Amino acid sequence: MAASTKKKKTAKRRATKRAAKPKRAAKRGSKAIRILVVRAPGTNCDQETGYAFEREGATIKHVHINALLDNPKELTRAHGLVIPGGFSYGDDLGAGTVLGTAMRTKLLDPIRSMVDRGGIALGICNGFQVLVKTGLLPGHTDDGSKEGLLPGFSESTELQRSVALTSNLQNRYEDRWITLEAVTDNCVFFRRGDVIYCPVAHAEGRLVCSDATLARMAAADQIALRYLAPDRSRPVPFPHNPNGSTDDIAGITDPTGRILGLMPHPERNQFAWQDPRFHRRTAPRKPDGLKPFINAMKHLKSTFS
Amino acid sequence: MPIAAKTASSSRRAQGGSGRPTRPVYRLEIGLNADSLDPAGLEARGNLAEAGLEGIRDVRVLRTFFLRGRLSPADVERAAQEVLADPVQETYAVRQDLDLPEGPGGPMRMITVLRKPGVTNAEAESAKIALTGIGLDVRDVQSARTYLVWTKASEKQVLRAARRALGNDVIEDVIAGRVRTFVFPKPSKRRVKRNTVAIRKMEGKALVTLSFDMGLSLTKLEMETIRDEFQNIGREPTDVELETLAQTWSEHCKHKTLAGAVDMKDERGERSFANLLKETVFHATTVLDKSWCWSVFEDNAGVIDFDGEDGVCMKVETHNHPSAIEPYGGAGTGIGGVIRDILGTGKGARPVANTDVFCFGEPDMPMEDVPKGSMHPRRVLKGVVAGVRDYGNRMGIPTVNGAIVFDPRYVGNPVVYAGCAGLIPRKYVAKRARPGDLCVAFGGKTGRDGIHGATFSSVELHSESETVSSGAVQIGDPITEKKVLDILIQARDKGLFTAVTDCGAGGFSSAVGEMGEKVGANVDMAGAPLKYEGLDVFEIWISEAQERMVAAIPPKKWPTFKALCDAEDVEAFVLGEFTGDKRLVVRHGKTVVCDMDMAFLHDGLPHIVREATFQTGGDKEPSWKPKKRYDRDLLGLLGMPQIGSKEWVIRQYDHEVQAGAVVRPLGGPNNGPADAAVIAPKLGSDRGIVLSNGINPAYGDIDPYAMAMAVVDEAIRNAVAVGADPSRIAILDNFTWGNCNRPSTLGSIVRACEGCRDAALLFGTPFISGKDSLNNEFRTGDGELISVPPTLLISAIGVIPNVRKTCTSDLKTPGNPIYVVGLTHDELGGSHWYRMKGRVGRNAPQVPTSAPAVMKAVSKAVRSGQVRAAHDPSEGGIAVAAAEMAFASDHGLHLDLRRAKGTTKDNKRLLFSESTTRFLLEVDKAKAKAFEAALKKAGVPFGKAGRVTPEPELRIVGHDPAGGRAAHEVVRLSTDKLRQAWRAALHLGEES
Repeated sequence: MAASTKKKKTAKRRATKRAAKPKRAAKRGSKAIRILVVRAPGTNCDQETGYAFEREGATIKHVHINALLDNPKELTRAHGLVIPGGFSYGDDLGAGTVLGTAMRTKLLDPIRSMVDRGGIALGICNGFQVLVKTGLLPGHTDDGSKEGLLPGFSESTELQRSVALTSNLQNRYEDRWITLEAVTDNCVFFRRGDVIYCPVAHAEGRLVCSDATLARMAAADQIALRYLAPDRSRPVPFPHNPNGSTDDIAGITDPTGRILGLMPHPERNQFAWQDPRFHRRTAPRKPDGLKPFINAMKHLKSTFS
Repeated sequence: MPIAAKTASSSRRAQGGSGRPTRPVYRLEIGLNADSLDPAGLEARGNLAEAGLEGIRDVRVLRTFFLRGRLSPADVERAAQEVLADPVQETYAVRQDLDLPEGPGGPMRMITVLRKPGVTNAEAESAKIALTGIGLDVRDVQSARTYLVWTKASEKQVLRAARRALGNDVIEDVIAGRVRTFVFPKPSKRRVKRNTVAIRKMEGKALVTLSFDMGLSLTKLEMETIRDEFQNIGREPTDVELETLAQTWSEHCKHKTLAGAVDMKDERGERSFANLLKETVFHATTVLDKSWCWSVFEDNAGVIDFDGEDGVCMKVETHNHPSAIEPYGGAGTGIGGVIRDILGTGKGARPVANTDVFCFGEPDMPMEDVPKGSMHPRRVLKGVVAGVRDYGNRMGIPTVNGAIVFDPRYVGNPVVYAGCAGLIPRKYVAKRARPGDLCVAFGGKTGRDGIHGATFSSVELHSESETVSSGAVQIGDPITEKKVLDILIQARDKGLFTAVTDCGAGGFSSAVGEMGEKVGANVDMAGAPLKYEGLDVFEIWISEAQERMVAAIPPKKWPTFKALCDAEDVEAFVLGEFTGDKRLVVRHGKTVVCDMDMAFLHDGLPHIVREATFQTGGDKEPSWKPKKRYDRDLLGLLGMPQIGSKEWVIRQYDHEVQAGAVVRPLGGPNNGPADAAVIAPKLGSDRGIVLSNGINPAYGDIDPYAMAMAVVDEAIRNAVAVGADPSRIAILDNFTWGNCNRPSTLGSIVRACEGCRDAALLFGTPFISGKDSLNNEFRTGDGELISVPPTLLISAIGVIPNVRKTCTSDLKTPGNPIYVVGLTHDELGGSHWYRMKGRVGRNAPQVPTSAPAVMKAVSKAVRSGQVRAAHDPSEGGIAVAAAEMAFASDHGLHLDLRRAKGTTKDNKRLLFSESTTRFLLEVDKAKAKAFEAALKKAGVPFGKAGRVTPEPELRIVGHDPAGGRAAHEVVRLSTDKLRQAWRAALHLGEES
């Protein structure tokens, strides 16, 4: 991105005065942005993730997955869908499997049409794992890279599951703060060059895919986030790449850039004192983790109001 | 070609031999593609090698599912393709014989590990849900892990290592080879019968025998009391009545020893207690009478004021014996149990933080020294950590504070403390079941879990098991508990409960008995949802199956509650009702199996007076010549497992979930240890909670009174170091002792109770909750009895108005002065430095009367922003604290011990003495004057003893051993070297 446009964008962003307190913005004249936060048994980051959107002016509706499966129409009235972190159904069959299967069976079409209208879908940590199990990420539809792999989707959709999020290389759960860099021009959540400091906390976050899928994602600018080493070296060594993820990938989008899945938790750096640098007085004033929520809301407001 | 064979040929074996046609059981095996990395295989390889298996070339893990139902082979293919196998990196096979996958070649062994019948298996449960979800008619699912081990070792050798490293006999079958066929156990029929036990004519010895045979753990006097009661009633008791009395009168529920009468005799004289706890720990709380204590020692957990609107409650539990037998399940259900304590506080609290403190045998204990019948401490540690991790993380509760203590005496009897704090609106703190309310159970189903340690059936799962065996050890199911939490908070906020409590020890019997104590209850076991059929009525009544709660719900609110539960797939059913007749009636349909007076159940326990004595322990203070330098001593201390880095453990816990973490267990650019945790538990509010702990059994070996005082001091000190206000700290006690039927052991706990009382009164810090676990002893195969050291854990919880005004322990800015606050004395007794040298000593640290003033002044200095870094010198003294502050940061530290106040001029004591109530503080240079003035005004002893340096180096100078006045360098080490020593201490796995 050219430096001048970047500057312009920053200036523009500054000019847009945000509401400091949640809920206030939603009531100010313009059409409310409605975001569904899905909760399944074992989801446990729903409150703080919803809060991050709420403070940026969204109207949040927390919805249990059973209610959404019973009434997928809920999605036609929504502008965004969030699948927060946690351990949906315990993750005992592999992270995100049970919820991903349920969503693939009943919710794929309404989600895709919401995104086609300009809406967004965000999966953080377990939510990313779920999106990958549904095939919405990376969202490839032909079978170019299918060779040697099992088919594995129902007849109602042609989306493939071509990416896996699997056991960390160290084969255990790991909670630590890492640095991310946005490396895409095609994502409503981030701008290329954004650097975000936030925690990862997962056991199955290592992205694995075939070389063909990787090339295809790269060509379509779907690789959204990479882990970043302090000296910017690649491949990024442990613990800066906390799970051994292929190509240091921390997050990917679908081809539209409006569906994002990422392993790290930006919602866990939304208050200044959450940043471990706070006590050293080197934390940025505006917490890093707010970026994707601010950007997504900006996109939704410009699309829908 | 990987394991890609997809020809489906099912294993069709008739089941059970009952003659009726049964459906086939399909075996589905799933493995990673041969070219995929297998981290689980790598870990298994490491664990097998650690268990002594040599020459392993590779290990791969397969997931195996056994499916039965109205299924065609094509259905099973669908199950694999759509749900169970990952299309990107896994392949599967549905057949009897499997081509071996490609690997490094050579000879291969196969090990299968599968859960015993009746043991919770969340993986199988999930599979059933998911497969039903895609429209398959699956009736039964079981799962197993199959390990492919490439090695030249014999099958027997591999199996022996696998039993140690890959499975636990208590809950799992570990078998060589593949399970070719599988038999789902056939349920037995439920026996509904009223069984009476003729005890009215029994005398002493026969009563004791009966108690033993029924596993009641009641004493002769207690059995006689029961007999007399039923003689008065004029009938024989039923088995259910005896079981109920045994549960209610157990040490676990009634705390007979500590809440009992004690005659104490020691060098301080003779004294008598009618109720030891009431007159010591609880007495202090009563005297202090803090208005911000909302509920103390009456509910599941103590509750204190958080922000006027909400209170914060906390409870700490032990789960020692289950963790000794099955560390993973024991620790997991321990944390699950204490979380339910919080859920069942008042009308329900929302958990916001977990804590865990463990005591294990020495991690480097040679295998041959591990007593027969117990596991190696490393294996216990790994299992316990995994159990806490998998439960706490799945519940979405951050695990924020903890400690690990190592001592050889914990080898057969590890100690696992699990704590949980929660938020509860003030209006929900009080609860009371009312006559007419329905008695409702919700959450998990009931099985034979934990029925007074009933023995397991040793029948292997793959052979012809006819019945489901019982489970003394339980495996938790955190997702069921998370669902309970989700429902509970919604129901509470809708005002659907009048009371709620958890099912812990004693199951329904204690929960219903407790809730109905004042009103009475009439309940029916016939409708209880069961994990499997065949449970007797008394088994349902006393089962300790996890994840269950009992609520009192007005009848007109029941439909709303039931609909809420149905919407989120939570089991809920009406057990019966609260009556008003003050009787406990238990039925199975129309058969009454228990009908007792609540008053006798709760107050009928006979009281006895126990004798207690005490003698101070420890050994003679060693008299070593002063050394010139102590670099090696400091590195040695940092390398002790108890002091060294616990990063391998800490990183496996989610301490960030709920987005409230402010001060974490590790801090600074280089991850040094924190003193206490700070969280902000309410989204959008800066108000916070400080959590810390104090524990030091080594002092207890000398004098439990001094230990109690010191660990209360330590808990408060840790909290103050991060910015807690000592006038708003509450504490909890947890006693883990040996057999208190021995007067000397009881005397040691009396001294600890007295120490708790005096410390609480001194600091003005009330106890709000507590728990004790007695009889922590282990008899080795050689008959030697090992009793755990007196282990008192003090957990502190403080409330702070603003989490921004807190402080971490890493050094911040070169040039800032360093202060040593408090007094250093000749108090190496029980210190880590003595322990490193194989000694105990006698001079255990005492708490000075000036301690409260020190705490107050330091707290003020931290909150005012004068202090930039604070750390408490405890394990390893000032030397270790200074090292930790330095290596956590990118800076260094220069310290002059001659400036430290106190009564000793001996360098080793200045360095390593563990005197209480001291702080090492980095103060903002610009605010140093104000800081000094404030401390002087408060009469607090302090010395300006150094500064933060830009060079990453720790340099400590002290007194000249030759008696001169010049500074004498005692330690000079790079922070890199210090950090390396600290990180290498536990070496459980690779760290960053």
